[in-house]
Amino acid sequence: MNNLEYIKERFSQLPTVNEQNGLGVIRQKAFDALNKMGIPTTRHEEWKYTRIGSFFNKEYKYHTAGTFSEADLAPVRLPAYEQANELFYINGHYSPELSVIRSKGLTVQSLQEASKNEYKDIVSKHLGHSSNYLKDGIIALSTAFVQDGVFVHIKKGQIIEHPIYIYNITDARQANVLAQPRTLVYVGENAQVKFVETFNTLGNQESFTNRVIEIVVEKDAITEYYKLQTDASHASQVATTHIQQIGKCVTHTVTVSLNEGLVRNNLNIVLDEEYCEAHLYGIYLQHGQSHIDNHTVVDHAKPHCESNELYKGMLDDQSTGVFNGKIFVRQDAQKTNAYQSNKNVLLSEGASVNTKPQLEIFADDVKCSHGCTIGRLDEESLFYLRSRGITEATAKSLLLHGFAVDILEQIKLAPIREYVDKLISERLEFDLA
Amino acid sequence: MLSIHNLHASIDEKRILKGINLEIKPGEVHAIMGPNGSGKSTLASVLAGREDYTVTDGSVTFNGKDLLELSPEERAGEGLFLAFQYPVEIPGLSTTNFIKTAVNEVRKYRGEEALDAVAFLKLMKEKMAMTNIDQTLLSRSLNEGFSGGEKKRNEVFQMAMLQPKLAILDETDSGLDIDAIRIVANGVNKLRSKDNAVLLVTHYQRLLDYIVPDVIHVLYNGQIVKSGPKELALELEERGYDFIKEQFKAEA
Ligand SMILES: Nc1ncnc2c1ncn2[C@@H]1O[C@H](COP(=O)(O)OP(=O)(O)OP(=O)(O)O)[C@@H](O)[C@H]1O
Ligand SMILES: [Mg+2]
Repeated sequence: MNNLEYIKERFSQLPTVNEQNGLGVIRQKAFDALNKMGIPTTRHEEWKYTRIGSFFNKEYKYHTAGTFSEADLAPVRLPAYEQANELFYINGHYSPELSVIRSKGLTVQSLQEASKNEYKDIVSKHLGHSSNYLKDGIIALSTAFVQDGVFVHIKKGQIIEHPIYIYNITDARQANVLAQPRTLVYVGENAQVKFVETFNTLGNQESFTNRVIEIVVEKDAITEYYKLQTDASHASQVATTHIQQIGKCVTHTVTVSLNEGLVRNNLNIVLDEEYCEAHLYGIYLQHGQSHIDNHTVVDHAKPHCESNELYKGMLDDQSTGVFNGKIFVRQDAQKTNAYQSNKNVLLSEGASVNTKPQLEIFADDVKCSHGCTIGRLDEESLFYLRSRGITEATAKSLLLHGFAVDILEQIKLAPIREYVDKLISERLEFDLA
Repeated sequence: MLSIHNLHASIDEKRILKGINLEIKPGEVHAIMGPNGSGKSTLASVLAGREDYTVTDGSVTFNGKDLLELSPEERAGEGLFLAFQYPVEIPGLSTTNFIKTAVNEVRKYRGEEALDAVAFLKLMKEKMAMTNIDQTLLSRSLNEGFSGGEKKRNEVFQMAMLQPKLAILDETDSGLDIDAIRIVANGVNKLRSKDNAVLLVTHYQRLLDYIVPDVIHVLYNGQIVKSGPKELALELEERGYDFIKEQFKAEA
């Protein structure tokens, strides 16, 4: 039995599938979509360069969460966690026992619950909104199992001082694991919040994570979202972040990918109200056989919005990269400002990257620009540094670190910025030694 | 200190240096002048170890070592310094961080301990004062958005920090205002000692008013076609390079 059949069997065993209110309907719809579309192959336009089929030809167990000691968790914890709200997902399941909620105005509960209580309108309106933008079986697969998901609510007017750290942990100590952590976040009017998400696999078996987080941001709210991907070579993931800006608000995202395995990121930003602002940054360092695919969509649905996107990458060894940046400017969205840039440095003959901007503009009074570059390390600069006594390896690492600096500066949480800076420096030192 | 013997170098099959001979002893200051495109920067680059150039013939020894066998960073470790005609801009690397790395890598090459933060700061303060360079400039990305003059001053500051045995200055005076030229000259003169040497590439007599060279060489068409005392600069200023070019043609 391949994994997809196993997944389908599991689906039919779950009781809530027949539930007519709550999550039942949305799950059944997603399951039908999954059956229709299947897992995307490279024949799918959006999956041309990223192959995930093999993960579904293997045996992956859906649930096999073991028990955790503090010592197991210590290495995955982010710096300054003592001052953070911490949400733990183990193999895709939210763990209230491990999680720590420190801030007032922050509510975390299961989506099942939220779909029935005072939040049910939010849930029914926004859960699964990402599937309007992502038309493939992988997002359907997540939604089909959405009953394990979590709802995060930030109360109107609340400034959440403590950042929210989300740990996606897969416990692959015993067997291969498939994990589908799912979250719906609602950031109320005038609220401010910062998220940091990480992915870690424990143990030596394989893991495949299909992560979906949908974030709805209300008017006058400010949301920062940092995604850190440092997982091992036997860990692969599709990580979807779908942000809907439904009031005049600001979002700021930085995606840091130092993964060893395969990563596909979907980042969708829907600017659904006038005068919204979105900043999207990314940095990826790839080596060995690793693969990074950043698919981004910025949808300018309303006038007077601004989006600013800059992704930078360095690829060494046999690693491969994909950048696909879509910008839609709808007919309505006059006075749009949209900028996009993707810059790549290839560090070896074997590394490669495919970069493709895709602008679809239906309004006439807009300012849009895009650009992409693929280059090598600048020889002039290298010689300049070496002529000052700096060894070739150090010189390269200084240049590449310099290349990453403007993205690093976009991480406004100091302990996280310093942490990522250190990870990048260590990676460069290792790669260039 | 430096002996260049029959040095030939080319780039992409194009012959640029065609048999350079030059001998620099400790304590000496040599100036190289010559028309545009004659090969002055090429000579400086070959000495500093730029890999685009292929040395096709000849030899260079630096304090007894075969210079051409050393990597650029090893040459710096041995005490060679090149102030670039066109310093490179490096975004995202602070000048201070860069110079600190350079100082300590050179120290490491020489088997010396890295400078601690206090000692480094002290050295930096001293050299900043000497080269009249501002803290705000040093906290910016290396040369990024620096004015032409600021870049050149930064080169002299780096030289002062690294205290080389042989400093090669490639048109460090070009594009400088009069005060800045004095600062550059002051930096060079401070470095000057019985153990150190300087090779100045310049187009102007003016710098040589402040840094008096022991010898002036004229480089033309990849060769040193004339050498003489400091008065040669005055003659060149007056007569231009035509008489040298003609002489060269006559000989050829
Ligand atoms: N990469 C290259 N490819 C082809 N030719 C080159 C290259 N680099 C230098 N040259 C040529 O070599 C010759 C010498 O150049 P060089 O820069 O050494 O001259 P220079 O004496 O320093 O001139 P200037 O006074 O203008 O600084 C020039 O004709 C130049 O065009
Ligand atoms: Mg020159």
